Amino acid sequence: MDLENQKRVKEFYDQYGADQIVVLVGAAEGEAGGLAAETVALGDPTFAGCLAGVSLKLPCYHICEPEIKEEIDEGVYDEQISMMEMVLDVDDICEEMNAIREQVAEA
Amino acid sequence: MSDYAVLRGASYTLAHTPDMVIHDGATQVTERVVNPDGEYLKELPKHIRSFEDAVRYAPNQAYIGNLNNEELKAIEFPWYDKPTDITERTGKYGEIMPEDEYYGLMQICDTFDLVELEASFAADVKAKLAANGMFTDEQVAVLDKNANFTEESLAEVVADGGCGLYFNDKLVGAIKKAHDVDVNLSAHVMLENIASKATSVLSLLHLVRVTGIDPAEVDYVIDCAEEACGDMNQRGGGNFAKAAAEIAGFTNATGSDTRGFCAGPAHALLNAASLVKAGTFKNVVVTAGGCTAKLGMNGKSHVEKGLPILEDCLAGFSVLISEDNGTDPVIRTDIVGRHTVGTGSSPQAVISSLVTDPLDAAGLSITDVDKYAPEMQNPDITKPAGAGDVPEANFKMIAALGVKKGAIEKKELASFIVEHGMKGWAPTQGHIPSGVPFMGPCRDLMLDGSIKRAMIIGKGSLFLGRMTNLFDGVSFVIEANNGQSAGGSGVSEEEVKGLIANALKDFAAGLLAE
Repeated sequence: MDLENQKRVKEFYDQYGADQIVVLVGAAEGEAGGLAAETVALGDPTFAGCLAGVSLKLPCYHICEPEIKEEIDEGVYDEQISMMEMVLDVDDICEEMNAIREQVAEA
Repeated sequence: MSDYAVLRGASYTLAHTPDMVIHDGATQVTERVVNPDGEYLKELPKHIRSFEDAVRYAPNQAYIGNLNNEELKAIEFPWYDKPTDITERTGKYGEIMPEDEYYGLMQICDTFDLVELEASFAADVKAKLAANGMFTDEQVAVLDKNANFTEESLAEVVADGGCGLYFNDKLVGAIKKAHDVDVNLSAHVMLENIASKATSVLSLLHLVRVTGIDPAEVDYVIDCAEEACGDMNQRGGGNFAKAAAEIAGFTNATGSDTRGFCAGPAHALLNAASLVKAGTFKNVVVTAGGCTAKLGMNGKSHVEKGLPILEDCLAGFSVLISEDNGTDPVIRTDIVGRHTVGTGSSPQAVISSLVTDPLDAAGLSITDVDKYAPEMQNPDITKPAGAGDVPEANFKMIAALGVKKGAIEKKELASFIVEHGMKGWAPTQGHIPSGVPFMGPCRDLMLDGSIKRAMIIGKGSLFLGRMTNLFDGVSFVIEANNGQSAGGSGVSEEEVKGLIANALKDFAAGLLAE
C-alpha cells in the first residue's frame, strides 16, 4: 500500500478509533486488494510504511464485494462501479479479502 | 473541404543507456542513498542487457517500426527471452542508438559547454556519428573540443559536483554543474534536461527523414516531455521545444512546452492540430525526449524475478501535423474527450469522459472506432512489476463500457479486445506510451486502408505533483482522409468560380431569350 495512504489510514485511526472505520479498496487484482487489507489489519508486510509492525485490525473490503455493494445506492453503483465490476475478477478478489479477514479474526 | 489538420508522419527513437540505468535512474539513485550495501545494487549489473540484445528485443523493434503489432502479437509472451532475428538498429520510424553515440549526441545538444568527453572516446564517437548519416559535418565537429579531457580531468569535474557519464562501467565523460548554488542548474538536472533534449533532437531528425519535410518549413514545435528547465527564479521557464528545434535546424520555427504528466502528448497534439486547423501555422511538430529518472524504474522487480533490466532505453518521438493535403489521416478536433475538473476519479467516469462521451456527441458507437490507443506500455515490463497488462486493462474497460451502452454483448467482450485493441510495445517512460506510439502505425494502417478510424487517449496522474488530487486525460479521433480537401480531389475555388460563371451565363442567356 502507498506510503502516503498508510499515513492517512493511521491518522484516521488515531482521530476516530478502530470501531468507527472501515477501509474500502478499489484494487484491480485480488492480490493487491489482499495486500492492502493485510496492511491496515495486520501491518505493512513490505515494512516500508508507517504501518510496518503496527496491527490496526481495521475491517477492509473491496468496493466490488457483495457486503459493500448492498450498502450503496443502485444508481450510483451502476454509474461509478458497474463497468469495473465487469472487468475485474470479483470472485478472486472476494476470496483474497475473505482470507485476510479470517486471518485477522483468528489473530 | 474538411479543413482538418492531418497526420503527416511520426518518428520514434530509442537510446540504449545501460550505464545511465545504474548511475541516473531514480530507483537506483534512491537505493544508493537508503541501502548502498544492499543486494539489489550488487545484483543489478548482472542483469544489464547488451546493445545487441536491446536491438533484437521485439518491443524495441516494434517501437522503431520494423515489427508491426500483428507480428509482435505472434511472438509468444513473455518477449524478453525470445529475441527476434532483426539486428537492424534503424527502422521505418527511427533508430536505436547505442550509449557511446548518444553521449556524443548529448554534447552536440549542449550549447553551454557543460558536457565533456574523454579525448580518445570522443574521437571514436565522432567517427561513429559521422557514419550514422543523421548529422551534419558541423554537428559532428562539435566533438573536436574534447582534445584536452582525460579520465583524471573528468574525475575532477565529478568531484566538483558534476555527473559522470559511464560506458561499459568506465568514466568517459562528465556533465558540469551550470551554477554554483542553484539546484535547478545542478549537474544532475542538467544531465536530465540535456538527455531529454538529445532524444527529442534525434526524433526530430528522424521525423525529417521519415516525412521528407524541409526543416525550414516547420513553423512551430511543441515539446511535451515531463522535465522542466529553468533557474531558481523560474524553475519551469522552458523552452525545450525551441532548444531542440535549433539543433534540428528548424530555422523558421519557434515553439513552446506543454505539460500534463503522461497526458502531455495528447494535449500537445490537440494544440498542434488546432493551430493548424485555425490557419495559424501550416506545419506544427509535437516532440518529446526521454527521461533518465525512469531508467530501471521497475528494476527491483525485474532483478528479483531473474529478468534483464528491460527499462534500459531513453525514448523519444516526434509527430508532424500539417494542413490538409487530401491524403494523410485527419485529426478530428471536433471529436474530443476531456476529463474535466468535475468528472470524478472512478475508472468508469474517466473512461466515459474520454471514450463514450465524445463518441456519443458525434453520433458514433464504440464499435465505430477500429483501434483504440490508450497507454501502450510494454507488458513485458509492467507484468513482472505487478502492474498488470496496462493496455489490456484499458481495452477491457472500454469493452465493458460498450456492454453497458448496449453496443456489444457481454459475450463479445474478449473478441472486442482482440479486434479493437493492440499489444503494448512502448517503453515505460511516462509520457512516451500515452497513446502517441500509435500515431505512426495508425497513419500506415489508414493509408493502406486497413482501418478507417482510431482514437488516441492520453491520461495523466496530476496528483504526483502535489498541486491537485485530480486525474487528467484528453482524447481525440483520427480518421482516414476522404480526399475532400483543398489539396485533394474536392472542388477548388477556381472550379466554384467557373461553375458560378457558367450559371450566370445560362441565366443571362435565359433572360435574353425571353
